[in-house]
Amino acid sequence: MADPLTPGIVPGRMPGDEIAENFADLHKPLDPHEAAVAADRCYFCYDAPCVTACPTEIDIPLFIRQIATGQAEAAGRTIFDQNILGGMCARVCPTEDLCEGACVREIAEGKPVEIGRLQRHATDALMARQSHPYSRAPETGKRVAVVGAGPAGLACAHRLAMKGHSVTIFEAKEKPGGLNEFGIAAYKSTDDFAQKEVAWLVQIGGISMEYGKALGRDLSLDGLAAEHDAVFLGVGLADVNALDVDGADRGGVDAAVDFIAELRQSPDLSSLPVGRNVVVIGGGMTAIDAGVQAKLLGAENVTIAYRRGKDRMGASRYEQDLATSRGVRIVCNAQPKAIHGNGAAAEIELEYTADDGSGLKGTGETLRLPADQVFRAIGQTLVPVDGLEMDGRKISVSATGRTSKAGIWAGGDCTPGEDLTVVAVAEGRDAAEDIHAELMGVAATATGARLGEAARGAAAE
Amino acid sequence: MADLTTDFVGIKSPNPFWLASAPPTDKEYNVRRAFEAGWGGVVWKTLGAEGPPVVNVNGPRYGAIYGADRRLLGLNNIELITDRPLEVNLEEMARVKADYPDRALIASIMVPCEEAAWKAILPRVAETGADGIELNFGCPHGMSERGMGSAVGQVPEYIEMVTRWCKEYYDRPVIVKLTPNITDIRKPAEAARNGGADAVSLINTINSITSVDLDQMCPQPTIDGKGSHGGYCGPAVKPIALSMVSEIARAEATRGMPISGIGGVTTWRDAAEFMALGCGNVQVCTAAMTYGFRIVEEMTRGLSAWMDEKGYTSTAEIVGRAVPNVTDWQYLNLNYVTKARIDQDACIQCGRCYAACEDTSHQAIAMKPGRVFEVVDEECVACNLCVDVCPVEDCITMVELEPGATDPRTGRVVESEYANWTTHPNNPAAQAAE
Repeated sequence: MADPLTPGIVPGRMPGDEIAENFADLHKPLDPHEAAVAADRCYFCYDAPCVTACPTEIDIPLFIRQIATGQAEAAGRTIFDQNILGGMCARVCPTEDLCEGACVREIAEGKPVEIGRLQRHATDALMARQSHPYSRAPETGKRVAVVGAGPAGLACAHRLAMKGHSVTIFEAKEKPGGLNEFGIAAYKSTDDFAQKEVAWLVQIGGISMEYGKALGRDLSLDGLAAEHDAVFLGVGLADVNALDVDGADRGGVDAAVDFIAELRQSPDLSSLPVGRNVVVIGGGMTAIDAGVQAKLLGAENVTIAYRRGKDRMGASRYEQDLATSRGVRIVCNAQPKAIHGNGAAAEIELEYTADDGSGLKGTGETLRLPADQVFRAIGQTLVPVDGLEMDGRKISVSATGRTSKAGIWAGGDCTPGEDLTVVAVAEGRDAAEDIHAELMGVAATATGARLGEAARGAAAE
Repeated sequence: MADLTTDFVGIKSPNPFWLASAPPTDKEYNVRRAFEAGWGGVVWKTLGAEGPPVVNVNGPRYGAIYGADRRLLGLNNIELITDRPLEVNLEEMARVKADYPDRALIASIMVPCEEAAWKAILPRVAETGADGIELNFGCPHGMSERGMGSAVGQVPEYIEMVTRWCKEYYDRPVIVKLTPNITDIRKPAEAARNGGADAVSLINTINSITSVDLDQMCPQPTIDGKGSHGGYCGPAVKPIALSMVSEIARAEATRGMPISGIGGVTTWRDAAEFMALGCGNVQVCTAAMTYGFRIVEEMTRGLSAWMDEKGYTSTAEIVGRAVPNVTDWQYLNLNYVTKARIDQDACIQCGRCYAACEDTSHQAIAMKPGRVFEVVDEECVACNLCVDVCPVEDCITMVELEPGATDPRTGRVVESEYANWTTHPNNPAAQAAE
């Protein structure tokens, strides 16, 4: 059997049970008493900062109070009203940067209310019911195409279905979920949760799935537009950026997203090969997810090399600490110069960097690390969609997701804004409301939280 | 180290912490453990008349009110007086007293409201060597339906009568335990004094239903689908007890009468507060039932440390110290003007003060951009609600306006003279109707 010291890229570096233990739920679910204690810490703030910090604007103080008063399922409903993928968001949101980061108890004590775990408690409670909590409005006869069964597409489809429209989701892969299924570290979404969540979501009815249908390959935008009353694009970022250094084509050099996807799809993690010396290039969540998981599979040394300073890393401080606590080394201010080896990668050469204000430059000083496996985590890019105006490298959209082309909406990672599940959900939901308003000739329903004076029914200014 | 020794109506104990007559003092085993743990005295679980003892329910006897993390804030019980034979209790009391001569041991008694019943039991209690007796005129459940407990405590004439019998047939101190389930606590206290009681102890438990089982549609604790009111105690009742104690401490008819304070004493501080309002000692039950007997160590050490810090050398110096400052509303100084002040460095911007003031009070807190909360002096009546709801201690405080300053709310200059309800020029009811 292999062990962490076995050279090359091999499976089974650790006993299967140890690997299984490593990939268990990162945050165990709260039991009812733990949830009650955690919920009791919420101050029920006025105009709560956590709500403002949530891209989907969940009424967090309300759902926590519902948990505190023994109504976890009702709390789940409060969450799903705003965010139908609240279950996944509870698991994968960088809460330290969002709701929990804004919590007044974070400011006061450095110990925020555990909003993420409470949200999971509530959403788990409601999802454990056999029936779906929402029902559809009477059939409108309108047909909407949603491209991409990721968070944006699913949120959009659910809201449209709820409004009575018939939705067809076209998904390039053979499985729904998008990054929830393929792009999340396994220990954040255990027990096949992404698939269970989709199955639960489509119980509302009015949503049909067509797999193996990619835009530009099997479908054209014009064709979709012609056959539907509206089209929503939630196609994500399907391309990965290439690494432009000598040796980038050597064996053992792969995209981090492919490794993460393969890992999530693997039925037996002890059969998944991993290097002895793994180097991840990049500084975002993907780099952390790849690095940590390589370590958990039994790699002896895992190094994340990021070209800028720690403060510029896309990964949150929490994620950085998670990586280092698992034994991953983070080297900042170092960019790849070359990947050496005799055929397959054996060593990576990094060059230290400095930024004197005129841009990032190599200092000339180099560092060589053994590397039989190198992961590129330097960003994903949009596969261009013909005929739509762009905003930089993404599809240009209005606040409610309208593209430059009438009848076509877009949201999620393929549009500007932060590449987060929760942002994608908000964009999909809001686009659905706008599509509904457009198709039915009605005013769009506001989707934001009812905060402050609006919530208390005060007279308008 | 401050001296915690107390002399309560001639009964000496090494500290003022006694265990109240209740389940923790039901038998020799428990009481020995209590004395080993350091309790200054014990009021033995209430004795009944000779003969077959009472029978308790065989379902739940307690119901609870919880705070965060299931912290027990209030406890309700439907337990009766001792359900063990009188002679067994008396034998045990004699043995325990002989082994712990320095501790106070008090017999709590509840027998029918007949002279013969009291005449019969008192000599037997005296034989045990107990330091005194406490008359249980307080229990609000079970026994009261048979003309005992609070059924006696609610009729001052009965209190006086029974107390008189006890003073006649018993030569050691007689403490009368009062029920709070009465409109004016001063009346039974006065009756006890008139009957010759050496002291009163209060409060006994308060009539209560802890909660309702919404599936069974039945009060809790539930016995076979039914519930009955019980007696409420624990930290939740302390404010009620403090008020009643203070009433007796300052009423003309009962002033100076020794009081044993009972009602939610959980920490040394609670004890100090009861004593400051006139109690010579305190009795504890719920705290011991929640945490066990060892909490007495925190109580004795805490009281002693606080006394050292304040320069008090004996417990007698604390007793009644706050009584002169308990007054009637009409004598409160209306020229004392304060305003809420928010410490912006301490503020965590939760906005609870704003919601409370804006929705339920005087619209005297402004919410400014960046979640900055500031007091609007023109509106602030100094009600203190913002202080009470603020989760950060000392973040909001009440600051006194100096005499000569103008109160922006009323436009009046703050005067330095004391002026109360009876002298206020705008008060149409300066004189209370007689």
